[in-house]
Amino acid sequence: MALVLTEEQELLKQTAKEFVQEKSPVSELRRLRDSADATGFDSALWKEMAELGWASVIYPEEFGGMDLGYQELGQIFEECGRSLVANPLFSTVVLAGGCVLAGGNETQKKEILTAVAGGERLLALALQEGAHHDPYAVATTAEEAGGGYRLTGKKTFVLDGHVADQLVVVARTSGNSGDREGLTLFLVEPGTSGVSIRRTVMMDGRNSATVELSGAEVERSSVIGEVGAGAEILDPVLDRALAVISAEMLGTLSEAFDRTLEFLKTREQFGVVIGSFQALKHRAADMFVEIELSRSVVLDALTAVDEGRADASALASCAKARCNDTIFQVGNEAVQMFGGIGVTDEEEIGLFMKRARVLQFQLGNSNFHRDRFAALEGF
Amino acid sequence: MADLETFRQEARTWIEENCPPSMREKVESPDEIEWGGRAAQDRSDDRKLWLDRMGEKGWTCPTWPSEYGGGGLDKAQAKVLQEEMRAAHARPALTSFGISMLGPALLEYASEEQKKHFIPQIVKGEIWWCQGYSEPGSGSDLASLQTRAEDKGDHYLVNGQKIWTSYADKADWIFCLVRTDTEVPKHDGISFLLFDMASPGVSVSPIGLISGSSPFCQTFFQDVKVPKDQLVGEINGGWTIAKRLLQHERSMIGGMGLGLGGGLSRGAPELAKDYCGESNGRISDAVVRDRVAQMQMDSCCYGATLRRSSEEAKAGMPPGPASSIFKLYGTEMNKRRHELLVSIMGSQGLGWEGEGFTSEELTETRDWLRSFGNSIEGGTSEVQLNIIAKRVLGLPD
Repeated sequence: MALVLTEEQELLKQTAKEFVQEKSPVSELRRLRDSADATGFDSALWKEMAELGWASVIYPEEFGGMDLGYQELGQIFEECGRSLVANPLFSTVVLAGGCVLAGGNETQKKEILTAVAGGERLLALALQEGAHHDPYAVATTAEEAGGGYRLTGKKTFVLDGHVADQLVVVARTSGNSGDREGLTLFLVEPGTSGVSIRRTVMMDGRNSATVELSGAEVERSSVIGEVGAGAEILDPVLDRALAVISAEMLGTLSEAFDRTLEFLKTREQFGVVIGSFQALKHRAADMFVEIELSRSVVLDALTAVDEGRADASALASCAKARCNDTIFQVGNEAVQMFGGIGVTDEEEIGLFMKRARVLQFQLGNSNFHRDRFAALEGF
Repeated sequence: MADLETFRQEARTWIEENCPPSMREKVESPDEIEWGGRAAQDRSDDRKLWLDRMGEKGWTCPTWPSEYGGGGLDKAQAKVLQEEMRAAHARPALTSFGISMLGPALLEYASEEQKKHFIPQIVKGEIWWCQGYSEPGSGSDLASLQTRAEDKGDHYLVNGQKIWTSYADKADWIFCLVRTDTEVPKHDGISFLLFDMASPGVSVSPIGLISGSSPFCQTFFQDVKVPKDQLVGEINGGWTIAKRLLQHERSMIGGMGLGLGGGLSRGAPELAKDYCGESNGRISDAVVRDRVAQMQMDSCCYGATLRRSSEEAKAGMPPGPASSIFKLYGTEMNKRRHELLVSIMGSQGLGWEGEGFTSEELTETRDWLRSFGNSIEGGTSEVQLNIIAKRVLGLPD
């Protein structure tokens, strides 16, 4: 019964929903944006989330984790998505933390994951280098030097990069940009000489950074997993991350749709509510169908990841591409259906559309995932 | 669970002993599908033998009550039976609108006498049923239908015309919507009648489609006398039955989106490599490759939605708005798939008959042309969108 939540999962989701509604309504994101908050999130609130166990859902008990699955984590992300919650959960726990969990040695796992689970450490994954997600297109080099490695290159759109206590940097120890072989993951302290981190202000009010590495030296012990075999760690971590970010998108697009539907039922023009017009009804019904399909594939992808199924990679791409397309449709239609008020900053629906667009490009747009899906399916 | 395993063994043994070997071969053409009916009664081939055995056992309608000749199985047993049938490669003994549409409506709305009379006939495949719903002037606006049934004391006198009556030229009986009151709002003057297609005054003419010949017919009624005990449910209460029956029809058509309605043995990826070129195991044309991926992913999402709906039902959750979503998305996706396949085949996908085309190509051309009707029959996509907007989203008229 993997496509229907268990009672425990429903309870977890309900608890997350109530917490988010009370502590982090959409106005909280606006407050962080308007006050030009230096971190871009509320660290006190993050502590509370960690106390609820959000930072440790997927980690084993030995590292202070709850040892639950990505299905459970996905429910939390869906509720966060509904309220556009700004927190470092994705960057810290799923992306960079996920790499440590998947490929780290016992010392690394114990030291880092325990701190993450307790909400005491923030991580970021420095992977992307260009305008588009392309995980093997890594030109950043890691050369052996003095028993360790010297990193040189530029990483873009590093989620929460400017607040991270530790970076996981993907660099090339051999081969050429585009090769799956030859990637290596490094733990890098932001204060290391030769590391420069600059925040990039994105239109969704969330955090990202450019990380420049100019001959930054790290020790051999900072390598996660095997040298040159970084993709073995990265691939499954990205599949899990795709399923989880799709769940967040499902929450965001569902909320945007619910708000739009409510607007259609209350906004009057020509003496009637505009939701009585067939031109709008059919578009609303169309969106509803797409949302139902999105929900099914997200649940299926989270399950596939938890069960370690052979089709997990294809489903993860399928879920991300579908949520990309649906969130694009719903985000744009929402602004149009709200009419004039929809393009004002005062109305929250615009925040949903902007967040939608940023999510659409994180970890790959639909073109990328259709290409990946086709390759995985053998055509 | 132990009982279920016992049942599985019983079913397996019974199928092994009763299903003729020729009924375990793949169905190659529509002519091989068994629809039952009067004409079938005179035959003495394996198909008839298999139908008779299955009908006697009640397994043509596994979950229907055994008091009316049905199999009397619960859902879990029916699933086991289906699995065993599939494992034995046993063909369906009977395909009929009696099973998929009329029977469930009769079980819900017919009188005890009617159920005792008609249900066993459906189970045994003795009557080939057709559906008299649409009329030339009543398509999407079905409730505006004009075929009259006048009360003549001891019988109804039926006059009018139906269209899109599938297999009317072969069927024995019709379940038919008729107007019994013209003075009330249109939904309140409709009744549900059953009658014999051999009745004097019934005539039929087949309809050719853009895809060629078809099972569809026009059916004409001129002073057809129908005994009064062949009215199902209340007089003027036919619309309720009609709507319920449409739900069954829509879920049937929605299933075609996953290729359940037949189709080619090769999928879009293989065809695209063949017709558009292949390099390093990939479809050479990047645009075609992208469209094929999109198609496969749509199919993946739709399949997950069908599974979710079935899991929700098993978990005892109330039925969602599934039937409308499936009809709409299933048919639209089926159309997209055929458009893609035909575009992949290029001019080879545009042949009509004869030399120069493979049977795969000719089949695809006809299937593609036939798919145009999928989003029209059983309620157009536009009607489905209206239903979702109104019933699911609560948007006002």
